[in-house]
Amino acid sequence: MGLGLFTYMLFQGSYRLEREDAAAVIKDIHQEALLPLLEPLYGQEYPSTHAFLSAYDALFQPYNEALKQEERWDEVIWDDYHFALSRSAASGGAVEAPLRWLTLTVGLMVLGGLLYILPLYRGEPAGIKHTGIFFSSMKNRGVLGILTGTYLISFYVILYWFPAYLNQAVFMVDPISKAISGNPASQWFLYGFLYTLIILVMGIRMFRKYRHSRYHLLRTASLMFFQLGFAFLLPEILVLLNQPWYDFKNIWPLDYSFFYTYRIEDMLASGGFGLFMLVWGILLIIIAVPIFTYFYGKRWYCSWVCGCGGLAETAGDPYRQLSDKSLKAWQVERYLVHGVLVFAVGMTFVTLANYFSSFALLGYATDQLHTAYGFLIGSAFAGVIGTGFYPFMGNRVWCRFGCPLAAYLGLVQRFKSRFRITTNGGQCISCGNCSTYCEMGIDVRWYAQRGQNIVRSSCVGCGVCASVCPRGVLKLENGAEAGRIQEELPIIIGNDSIKIKQ
Amino acid sequence: MVIIGNGIAGVTCARHVRRYDPDIRITLISEESAHFYSRTALMYIYMGHMTYAHTKPYEDSFWPKNRLELLQARVESVHPKEKVLRLKGQESPFSYDILVIASGSRPRMLPVPGSEGPGVQGLYHLQDLERLEAMSPYLKQAVLIGGGLIGVEWAEMLLSRGVQVHFLVREKHFWNTVLDAREGQLLDRHLREHGVQLHLETEASEILRDATGQVSAVRTSKGELLPAQLAGISIGVTPNIDFLEGSGIVCGRGVRVDALNRTSEADIYAIGDCAEFQEAPAPGRKTLEQVWYTGRMQGEALAHTLCHPEDPSPYKPGPWFNSAKFFDIEYQTYGDVPAELRAGEQDLYWEHPEGKIALRLLFSQEASSDAVPRFLGVNSFGWRLRHAYFDQALRAGYPITRVLEELESASFDAEFSPRHAPKVRAAFRAATGLAVREPRKKSFFRFLFSS
Ligand SMILES: Cc1cc2nc3c(=O)[nH]c(=O)nc-3n(C[C@H](O)[C@H](O)[C@H](O)COP(=O)(O)OP(=O)(O)OC[C@H]3O[C@@H](n4cnc5c(N)ncnc54)[C@H](O)[C@@H]3O)c2cc1C
Ligand code: SF4
Ligand code: SF4
Repeated sequence: MGLGLFTYMLFQGSYRLEREDAAAVIKDIHQEALLPLLEPLYGQEYPSTHAFLSAYDALFQPYNEALKQEERWDEVIWDDYHFALSRSAASGGAVEAPLRWLTLTVGLMVLGGLLYILPLYRGEPAGIKHTGIFFSSMKNRGVLGILTGTYLISFYVILYWFPAYLNQAVFMVDPISKAISGNPASQWFLYGFLYTLIILVMGIRMFRKYRHSRYHLLRTASLMFFQLGFAFLLPEILVLLNQPWYDFKNIWPLDYSFFYTYRIEDMLASGGFGLFMLVWGILLIIIAVPIFTYFYGKRWYCSWVCGCGGLAETAGDPYRQLSDKSLKAWQVERYLVHGVLVFAVGMTFVTLANYFSSFALLGYATDQLHTAYGFLIGSAFAGVIGTGFYPFMGNRVWCRFGCPLAAYLGLVQRFKSRFRITTNGGQCISCGNCSTYCEMGIDVRWYAQRGQNIVRSSCVGCGVCASVCPRGVLKLENGAEAGRIQEELPIIIGNDSIKIKQ
Repeated sequence: MVIIGNGIAGVTCARHVRRYDPDIRITLISEESAHFYSRTALMYIYMGHMTYAHTKPYEDSFWPKNRLELLQARVESVHPKEKVLRLKGQESPFSYDILVIASGSRPRMLPVPGSEGPGVQGLYHLQDLERLEAMSPYLKQAVLIGGGLIGVEWAEMLLSRGVQVHFLVREKHFWNTVLDAREGQLLDRHLREHGVQLHLETEASEILRDATGQVSAVRTSKGELLPAQLAGISIGVTPNIDFLEGSGIVCGRGVRVDALNRTSEADIYAIGDCAEFQEAPAPGRKTLEQVWYTGRMQGEALAHTLCHPEDPSPYKPGPWFNSAKFFDIEYQTYGDVPAELRAGEQDLYWEHPEGKIALRLLFSQEASSDAVPRFLGVNSFGWRLRHAYFDQALRAGYPITRVLEELESASFDAEFSPRHAPKVRAAFRAATGLAVREPRKKSFFRFLFSS
């Protein structure tokens, strides 16, 4: 119901643009051209976002296109004013009563979620709760799953490319943003707010589901903490203190814009603290990643800290069984994820080279590279596919096929790490629970039934394979490097018939 | 080479022969399913944890890639003299050079009135699951007969679909051939906690049917009438060897084989559930052991023998091990731990106050009081143990005190799990008066940087 109201709210409110409003949001250099151009809009009432934006486009597009036709490039307006203009023109709905709408939509959703989650499994003994998953419409690509996926995908498309349509929702969280950072909310604040809330609520679901396993309780709590503290609150507080927005746990190349010129200049311009951020970010990349991954495997990040991992392990948990386990998928994964890594690293090098040569190298061509990456990888892959496809391809689509940081962590984990999943001798009965519930699509059983340790670059160490194994075959461990990777097939313990190594 | 049966035994044998010999033609003939699937996961299909596809350990492309030919058909008879098989519905005989029989088991049926007909069934083949699925829409109550591992799986499956479950167990507590009273009672409690109506010391005496022939109730040996639409039988399995009748291959309970899995006929071998050894393959082992991994190991050993005639490898299992899961409680065992102590044995049973974790350590009773008892075996409940460690401990005959002192590293529980080893050591000291040291506490630094 909260979700219904949320959707309903997006269509609320009306629009009326005044010249002063427009003047307040349009950049100085565009004022001269745009303010007179938009004259017909002023004082008009528009009943919906769409009507308002259409009216704006009807004036703006012909003007801009004409400039392009005439190749008057320096006059062409590249900025997108949809969001800003519609925001300043909006009234009604959440504009007047943000908190009421917040309560009615998000509040109801959280309440509904908790009412469902808190009594979950009450009165049942603790244990694995997977009964009926493959009969579920939601969890096995049934109608509910398809609807959910479609809704998520639509949300992401609107968020990234048509944020003006989220106007009402952004107004709704304005008071919260002002309370934290003193600034009005943007669509990104709205997104961060909802994202964090979902992790918190669905994290509670994880607490219920895995109340018998300290490993899951601890890692879920850690994910919730890092999302709330590091990804959501801290950056906003930094803004309040007039520092650049920075998420201290987001590491390049996942944080692909870290070495972008504007970010570096921002940090350098912010004095000692900005410099600290820059050094911190670089230390994470060259020291923390290899060292932590050496000792604990990539799980220290992917299943304990990361925000994308946070969403996948909480909101995405009901969909983990939908990952593709085929050999084909594994091949695609290796090309794709390492491809993105190469792209991200290459792009960053070019950017930096360009920066240090004072833009002599490529001029502003790197901007186009950034746009391409941002569009293809940052938005389409990480957002639309990464999260929107939860109900279709499982909860780690982005982490498995797209995340360049995961690829980097994975290389360390595969070749220089103490982490492995140990197979418990000859106890495996090939039942397949482990492979089915591996969100990374690793065919864990393939290794377990041969008595072989599982050392795979993609394993995020979520520990679910070990939990669901009904025979106690799997254990995530950090241990000596010797004997970790068993190149030759080990003899499965218990059979004395064959002495020689096969 | 032809293998009858595509279960774990037949498939393991085929895979290993292919590894040793890239050229030999290998055909697997099986009636039940086109591809190898994991029988042990049948319950999870019914409960919706997995689909049938998930239970196949190898992708379908694995078979052509390894040139393992699959044929779904029933073998009607074997003719060792002509070296041919007869397949159901096929005129021409199917010839072989080497034949491996890996036909597994079938559920034993119940010798009580009314047990013939629909609504009374075992749980072994995929077809059993299909029959169960077909009757599930109108299944409200069921009576399970026979208190073994499969019985619990039955119970868990049916409860997951909201069926009321009566579980008849002949003995004083659950699985008393293997577990002692304390262990059995721990599980009895857990079964009841899950809503199983447990009837101990009770057998089925008659199955009643209504006018249409459907099961309507089960009468127990105590005279109680339990309404039910299904009687689920789990009183054990028996080798599936009917089709060998008249072939001349010597059979007892199963196909009789020697240590090299050879039958009485030349070039015919038998492995897995259907094979019965003439002599116990190792001290303390039985001649007929119908579990997953014995089938696998016989497959490994036979493949080696077939491909290395100069260096045959008789089947020699190491120390016994096994595992199971009773609803939420996992069970593991290493070594030969009997339900009742034999001469020269003693044990220590420790149970967590909440009653879901327990450990029973079996060790020797030494004649002289200063000799340290040897470790002989262990049963664990809700406590994962490390196979490699206990295999070594049994082979080398570790002193029981050493096993206790190393219990932390011998555990296989997930990281951050609560530690119970100190409490077990305390119980051991109190019971035996023997000294056991506590392992040195790990410093925080070691906790962080080593495991
Ligand atoms: C529900 C269930 C749960 C179990 N759980 C466990 C467990 O947790 N741990 C454990 O160790 N063991 C377990 N077992 C036992 C284990 O599954 C068996 O020991 C094992 O599957 C035997 O393997 P096999 O290869 O010898 O025979 P099977 O797996 O029985 O395979 C034999 C195949 O041969 C086919 N066949 C037979 N006769 C013919 C014929 N005439 N023509 C053509 N084909 C034929 C059959 O159709 C069958 O597919 C379980 C068994 C069941 C039923
Ligand atoms: S879940 Fe456990 S027993 Fe089942 S296939 Fe995986 S490792 Fe083997
Ligand atoms: S292998 Fe196990 S721990 Fe690793 S990602 Fe898959 S389920 Fe998680």
